[in-house]
Amino acid sequence: MEKAIRRYMPIFVLPTFFAFILGFIIPFLMGIWLSFCDFTTVTDAKFVGISNYIEAFKDTVFQHSFWYTLLFAVVSLIVINIFAFALALALTQKMRGTNIFRTIFFMPNLIGGIVLGYIWQLIFNGILSHYQTALGLNEWYGFWGMIILVSWQQIGYMMIIYIAGLQSIPEDVMEAAQIDGASGIQRLFRVTIPMMMPSITICMFLSITNGFKLFDQNLSLTAGEPSKMSEMMALNIFNTFYGRTGWEGVGQAKAVIFFVIVVAIGMIQLRATRSREVQQ
Amino acid sequence: MKRKKVLSALLAVTMIAGLATGCGNDSSSSGSSASSGSTQEAKGKVYYLNFKPEADEYWQDLAETYTEETGVPVTVLTAASGEYEKTLKSEMAKTDAPTLFQVNGPVGLASWKDYCYDLTGTDIANELSDESFALKDGDKTAGIAYVIENYGIIYNKSLLEKAGYTADDITDFDSLKAVAEDITARKDELGFSAFTSAGMDGSSDWRFKTHLANLPIYYEYKDEGINNTDAIKGTYLDNYRQIWDLYINNATCAPTEISTKTADDATADFVTEEAVFYQNGTWEYNNIADVGDENLGILPIYIGVDGEENQGVCTGTENYWCVNAKASEEDIQATLDFMYWCVTSDEGVEAMCRDMGFVIPFPSNLESENTLVNEANKYLDEGKTPVTWVFSTMPSEEWKNGVGSALTAYAADQTDENWEKVVTAFVDGWATEAAAAK
Repeated sequence: MEKAIRRYMPIFVLPTFFAFILGFIIPFLMGIWLSFCDFTTVTDAKFVGISNYIEAFKDTVFQHSFWYTLLFAVVSLIVINIFAFALALALTQKMRGTNIFRTIFFMPNLIGGIVLGYIWQLIFNGILSHYQTALGLNEWYGFWGMIILVSWQQIGYMMIIYIAGLQSIPEDVMEAAQIDGASGIQRLFRVTIPMMMPSITICMFLSITNGFKLFDQNLSLTAGEPSKMSEMMALNIFNTFYGRTGWEGVGQAKAVIFFVIVVAIGMIQLRATRSREVQQ
Repeated sequence: MKRKKVLSALLAVTMIAGLATGCGNDSSSSGSSASSGSTQEAKGKVYYLNFKPEADEYWQDLAETYTEETGVPVTVLTAASGEYEKTLKSEMAKTDAPTLFQVNGPVGLASWKDYCYDLTGTDIANELSDESFALKDGDKTAGIAYVIENYGIIYNKSLLEKAGYTADDITDFDSLKAVAEDITARKDELGFSAFTSAGMDGSSDWRFKTHLANLPIYYEYKDEGINNTDAIKGTYLDNYRQIWDLYINNATCAPTEISTKTADDATADFVTEEAVFYQNGTWEYNNIADVGDENLGILPIYIGVDGEENQGVCTGTENYWCVNAKASEEDIQATLDFMYWCVTSDEGVEAMCRDMGFVIPFPSNLESENTLVNEANKYLDEGKTPVTWVFSTMPSEEWKNGVGSALTAYAADQTDENWEKVVTAFVDGWATEAAAAK
C-alpha cells in the first residue's frame, strides 16, 4: 500500500503543487520584486531600490494602523478564545439540543465578511442614531464594532475546534482527578486546559492572524472613517496602492513589511503555546 | 485498483482543467466574437474598457453592430462602479490589454501617459467640435472627450411652487438660502424638506468632496488665472462652508446621520418628493425621471461669490478616450476606426446620443431627450458662464477622502475647530498630496 502511494504520489501532489506555485509562490516573489520598483501595471516595472520602503516607514498613518491593528488583534484574540472555550465547555455537557446550539453558533461563519460588515453597519448605526452619532464618527465605535462583528463571526468556528479537543480528553484522566478529590476549577485548570493545549495553539494562531489580516469587515464596516483612524493595516495597504498616482510600489513595500510582521508574531505565538503542550 | 487509478487520473485532470479555465481569459464574455465563417482578413481588434456601468448594455449592442458591419471583433468590458482604476491596472498587465480605455483628466493621465497613443491628426481628433475637448500632454493629444455632462442643483418644479417660489426667485446664494431656510421652517406644514440627504457614504460622498469642492477651486483658479496648481490657497473655503451648512442643516435627515446615508437614499428622497433640491448631474436623469419631465429643473450651485448671477451650471467631462500605445499597429488602427465610426455613423451617434443619453462633443451630436441636459443648456442660451470641471486636477483620491472625512466630522459637530480641520485637509492636504504624487 505504502509503495503504491509512493508510486502515485506525483498524481496527487503535482496538481496542488502546480496550483501552489502559480497562485502563491510566483505572486509572492513578484510582490517582493515589485516592492523595489516603480510601476503602474505589474508587468511593466522599473527598479528604484529601497525608496518605497523609506516612504512606507515615513508614513504616520501606516504607523497608526499598525498599533490599531495590534490592539485589535490582541483584544479579538482574548474575546474570541474565552467565549469560544466557554461555549465549547457548555455544549459538551450532557444536555438536550447541544447539536442544534452548535449548529446555530457555527452559522455566522458561513456568511462572507463584506456582507457581514454591511449588515452590522446597519445595526450599529441604527442604534447609534438614537444618540445622535454614527459609527464613522469615532474610531473606538468602529473598533468595538469590529470586535463584536468578528467575535460573532469566529466564536462558532473556534468553538468547534475546542469541542473536538474536549472530546479527545480521555475519560480516565478526568475520573482519576475526580477520585483524587480535585474540585471543578482545579480539574479545569490542571487537567482540561493542559490537555487542550494543541487546540488552544491552533485557535490562538487562527484568531491572531485573522485579526491582523482583517480586511473585508474593516472595509465594509468603517472604511477607515473617521479620517483613516479606524484603518487597519490591510486596508491601509490597499488604499496606498490605489489612492495616489505612482504609489503602487509603496503599497507593495508596505505589504512586504506587513508579511514580515504577521509571520514574526505568528511564530512567537506558536512557540509560546507549543511549549506548554503536554504529552497525553 | 484499476478503478482507483482511473479515479485519481480523473481527479488530477479535473484539477488541472479547473486551473486552466481559472487562468483563462474570460473577457470575451459578451457577444463580441467575430461573425462565424468570416472570410475577411483579420484587421486587428478592439478591446474597450468602459467606465460607465449605466451605458454597458448599449456599448455591447453597438460593439455587435460594428462587428456585423465590418468583421472587426470588438470586446467591451465594463468595470464596476468605482473600480475602474483597479480593473484597468490588472487588464493592462495582460497580453490582450485594452486597446481603448479612459482616463478622468490630468491626474488620471499622469499614471497612464506612457500608455497613451498620440492622437494628434487622427480622424477622431479632427472631428472634435472644439479643441478644448482634447486632453493634452505637452504637445501630444493623449485623450479625447466623448461625453459632456452637467451638474448643479436639480429641483422639483412643482414642489418649489407648492412652497410659493419659482426658479426665477433663486439667482444667487442669498436667495437660495432664503428659500431653503423658509422651506425648512415650514417643513411640517409643507410635508417636504429643502435638500435631499447629503450622504457621505462611499456611494454618495463624491457629490460633495469632489463635485461641490469644484466650485471653490474653480473660483480660485479664475482669480489666479491658472488651471492647475500644486498649492491651493483656499480663498473661497468660507463659501464652501456656507453651502455645506445649507445642505446639511436643511435636509431630510439630521446632520449627524449623513455618514450613513447612501446615493440611493438621496435619490429616494427626491423621487418620493420628500425634498425639493438634489445636487447631482445630468447622468442621474434615468433614476429620477419618475417625478416627471415637466417637474425637473436644474439650478447652478451658488456659493456666494460676487457676480454669480451670471454663473451657469457646472459643465465638463471626466471621460476621455485614450488609445493604448502599446497595442499592435493594426489594433490601434482598428480602434481609431471604431472610435471614428462611433461618433460619425448613424448607428453610432444614435446609440451614444439616444440610448446612452450623451451629449457628444462632435458635430454629429443629436438634440438630447434628457430633460436635465436641455434644462442645463438653457443657461448657455441665456449667455451664462458655465463652471468648468476643475476637479480632475485634484491631486489624488487620498486628498478627496481626507476632505470627505473632515466634512463628515464637521457635519456631526459644527464648530469652528472642526471646520479648521476641513481647511487643513483642503489646503495642507493639497500641498502634501501634490508633493507625494510622483
